[in-house]
Amino acid sequence: MTLKPRKDLLDIASLSDDEIKFVLGNAVQFKDLFKRSVKKVPPLRGQTVLTLFYEPSTRTRSSFEVAASRLSADVTHFDIESSSVVKGESVLDTVETLEAMRVDYIVVRHKQAGIPSLIAKNTRASVINAGDGWHAHPTQALLDAFTLQEIYKDLRGCRALIVGDIQHSRVARSTSLIFRRLGMQVAYLAPGSMMPREVPGEIPQFGNWRDALDWKPDVIYLLRVQSERLDEPFFPNAAEYHKHYGLTNERVEIIRERGLHVMHPGPVNRGVEITDAGMAYEKSLINTQVENGIAVRMSVLYWLRPGQV
Amino acid sequence: MPEASRTLLTKAQMAESIAALAKSIQEAHVGAKEIALVGIFTRGVPLAKRLAAALVQSGVKVHFGTIDITHYRDDLSTFQMVPKLEGSEIDFDLNGMDVILCDEVIYTGRSVRAALDELYNFGRPKRVQLAVLIDRCGRELPVQPDFSALKVTLQPGERVAVRFEEVDPTGDSCTIETQPTSR
Repeated sequence: MTLKPRKDLLDIASLSDDEIKFVLGNAVQFKDLFKRSVKKVPPLRGQTVLTLFYEPSTRTRSSFEVAASRLSADVTHFDIESSSVVKGESVLDTVETLEAMRVDYIVVRHKQAGIPSLIAKNTRASVINAGDGWHAHPTQALLDAFTLQEIYKDLRGCRALIVGDIQHSRVARSTSLIFRRLGMQVAYLAPGSMMPREVPGEIPQFGNWRDALDWKPDVIYLLRVQSERLDEPFFPNAAEYHKHYGLTNERVEIIRERGLHVMHPGPVNRGVEITDAGMAYEKSLINTQVENGIAVRMSVLYWLRPGQV
Repeated sequence: MPEASRTLLTKAQMAESIAALAKSIQEAHVGAKEIALVGIFTRGVPLAKRLAAALVQSGVKVHFGTIDITHYRDDLSTFQMVPKLEGSEIDFDLNGMDVILCDEVIYTGRSVRAALDELYNFGRPKRVQLAVLIDRCGRELPVQPDFSALKVTLQPGERVAVRFEEVDPTGDSCTIETQPTSR
């Protein structure tokens, strides 16, 4: 089977079922490479992958950098702090500079939704959205789906409970969407102030763990609590959040008894979303998600193709 | 305009050719304790499987593996479509092994060059030989098969199409197809 390449990956919504299947299928082969002593293959030899992060992120950025290196691309980082962006250079001026450098792939993170799409329209390089505002984080969604497919093979009917600040989470948006696209059932558990105003009818909404666990989820997906939000009015403080919505030690025991899997996009706030016991829980998939992130990002880079000059 | 096609080997002749290929490999490896057959995706794999099945009869221990050359193709960036990856699988120790790479057709030699690059990611074999069903003249690299059942010279625009029932719904066949000239 072959598939037409795309120039950019901006969100999950614009992907066809075949495209999702293709990326997840090839990721299996890329993950297989990690078992070899030589983990590197040459399909992106001579190509340049640039990471352009307007928001700090160590994990996602290094995951993309490792993925690109294992495909033999040259990898470079555009350092925002020290660049002229702080002097007021606009995003499009920066893109023009990158265009002149003839980079082939640009991995973008920006606090404002829509910036990756704007960049994609103004460059021949392939653009990968690594998170834009509350909008989308498609490679996170793909790696989450890949991680569950490794366990369940067929995701149809599998139930995921997403817990936390759903309203302000691009992860929740993209991951919830891909889970449902693959036939899973998704429910939300969040305090009222963190629940989106508009939730698709097929998604049950819960305000407490007891009701949410009665829904019989297979997977608990914890979202990261943005620490800056905890100081805002109408939001619970860290201790309150932990007590009512976190994976406390008591809840870890309930989850262990029921054999549920736990996921988190990282980095975790220990003592807020999850406890040390939760991190050590044997059915936690958090480290697997990190490993799979590299395979899935390799698969995305392998599939995308920069436009013509 | 559909492709014109004429038979190169009948189904029975194809089976005979594979049997003859297995026999010549066996004769060249008399006294060998073990041997590895490695098929190049897609249709080198069923060929390698059939050769392996024949060689097992002779009592030699046969290891089986597959090689996906996609990452090592020298023309990958020119493809209109992105190939789905099959993944190479060599789950035996390649070091010091006598390996026979298998492909259904050799033409330019570029696939074999790519296969050698991928193979060496798994270890350092003692020797690598090449077995093909059809040797089509027109090499662009200094690569020659050690074992081949049939040698043909074709016109540009023609191609050998070997199909195996393991991967092709149409079943076993070996034909020469003429592609319509594009202008």
